[in-house]
Amino acid sequence: MHTELKILVVEPDQSKACEILAALKEGGWQDVTVLASAAAMERSLKQQDPDIILIDLANPDRDTLEHVSLVSNAKSRPVAMFVDHSDETMTQAAISAGLSAYVVNGLQMDRIKPVIETAIARFRMITKMQSELTAAKQALSDRKTIDRAKGILIRARNISEDEAYSLLRKTAMDQGRKVIDVATALVTAAELLQ
Amino acid sequence: MKLTQVQCGYLPLVDCAPLIIAKELSFATQEGLDLELIKQPSWSALRDRLAFGHIDFAHMLSPMPVAMSLGLGGMATRVDALMVLSVNGTVVGISAELDRQMQATGWSNSFAAPQSTSKALFAASSKRIRIGVPFPFSMHRMLLETWLSQAEGFHPDRIEIVTVPPSQMAEAVRDGALDMFCVGEPWGTVAVQQSDATLILPGASIWQLAPEKVLGARHAWVVQNPGLCRAMIRALTKAASWLDQPENTPLAVSILARSQHLDLPDHAIDPALTGQIITKTGEAPKKTDRFLRFHQGCANFPWRSQGCWISDMLTQWHGLSHEAGRKTASACFRTDLYREALAQTGVDLPRASEKVEGAMLVPTAVASRLGEMILGPDRFFSGAFFDFDAPVLLEN
Repeated sequence: MHTELKILVVEPDQSKACEILAALKEGGWQDVTVLASAAAMERSLKQQDPDIILIDLANPDRDTLEHVSLVSNAKSRPVAMFVDHSDETMTQAAISAGLSAYVVNGLQMDRIKPVIETAIARFRMITKMQSELTAAKQALSDRKTIDRAKGILIRARNISEDEAYSLLRKTAMDQGRKVIDVATALVTAAELLQ
Repeated sequence: MKLTQVQCGYLPLVDCAPLIIAKELSFATQEGLDLELIKQPSWSALRDRLAFGHIDFAHMLSPMPVAMSLGLGGMATRVDALMVLSVNGTVVGISAELDRQMQATGWSNSFAAPQSTSKALFAASSKRIRIGVPFPFSMHRMLLETWLSQAEGFHPDRIEIVTVPPSQMAEAVRDGALDMFCVGEPWGTVAVQQSDATLILPGASIWQLAPEKVLGARHAWVVQNPGLCRAMIRALTKAASWLDQPENTPLAVSILARSQHLDLPDHAIDPALTGQIITKTGEAPKKTDRFLRFHQGCANFPWRSQGCWISDMLTQWHGLSHEAGRKTASACFRTDLYREALAQTGVDLPRASEKVEGAMLVPTAVASRLGEMILGPDRFFSGAFFDFDAPVLLEN
């Protein structure tokens, strides 16, 4: 039954697209196409005639897709799944996970549901991974800035590394700012004065 | 005073200025609101988040509350338009290629002549013209259709209107994916700077008083929170009034440019607020009256007749009943709540809640609470007017 559904995924980020594709294939759906942008949507809608379109809620191309699905006269007119009031919990879950889906009018809910659920689960995982990655990158870049600020203080005031860090921390506390903000200001000022 | 937190979704366009000013200049705090502005990636996302109660208020394209209440696109949700946030402010532009072809017909761009411009447009080439708008339910699309459908040489097959996100409009014009576009600032100015596009008309030259953005909220939420709605209306009316005072424009530009909510440079914000529009690279700016208005001429009043005008377009597109649509639209445009909100303030209010759209050719004094109200002009380029009390649309 799974194989009968044609799924189109609109996702410009290749690694994210691969993740979603893999999740759907694991779930037993074979007929999945990935499109990087909605610009070529009209043509691919005609060619592939998808039953379900999955797109990131934050993707600005959603508005393009919205228009195409409204004005398309083809029999396979996709409509927003949100039209269906029967499963508001799932729609809520999809929106919270950052997923929007368009399904062909009249398609039965029990056929759509597993697809959406699979996609929701994978979207959640991707979001979690991405925020962890961003946090890790941020931490690394913050540490570099703080190290540079310490270096500037060590040279300028002839103090030890520990004393430099204490000074940064004390200044931050006194001013009610974060250590990273004080360090960034110092590095920027030092660059300007060079 | 204890503040109540309210969340308002918006798209980063110059015309979201009343929201930013209400927050930055504390008009919201004065009304007891802790206003949190939440940027949205697209109109569809904003609509869905409003429908599901993730946000309380939204900066919306004026046709969206009516479309949502009629169940067009997305989940059918009754959404009220509490006030108009801005009128006009859009521009129509064309690609460099189409500009050359139109000039070859003897046309020259005055940025103020809808009729001769549309004539040149259809005379320039026999190709179908591909036009970008930001959303299917937008004043942009309604103005384009109103304008082009009456042009010499028009046939429905001559144009194709597609949706392109505003930030991608310039690129689509440069790549030849679009011949023409209608978009809100700063994206028209960006298309001139980055894609050698030419701006051929301000939206105001098609309809002089077109409601562009409205403050939307879910009807069920409005019923539960009338006090918050009234406070929000007052805060935004003050912000809109502040924005429309010319002496505040330079400060407004720098507040908006510095705001984390907009993330646009000064030169992208300045043209819309000053009405000095550069229509082509290297040319002097053209001064455009009423380019974008936030408050003057009773701009914030959610006229039911504006709702009906929008509804007539929507019902025509989707083959629905005009009469039922107007009834829904009249209920969406909450003149009652707007009046209640401003009852104890010095803001003047009109006696009527409807007007004959397009009938005021010049600024006109009308009956109002304080007797100080001057409305209009609100003319359509064709001279058409719309009287929703009359059984059929009148055209002169």
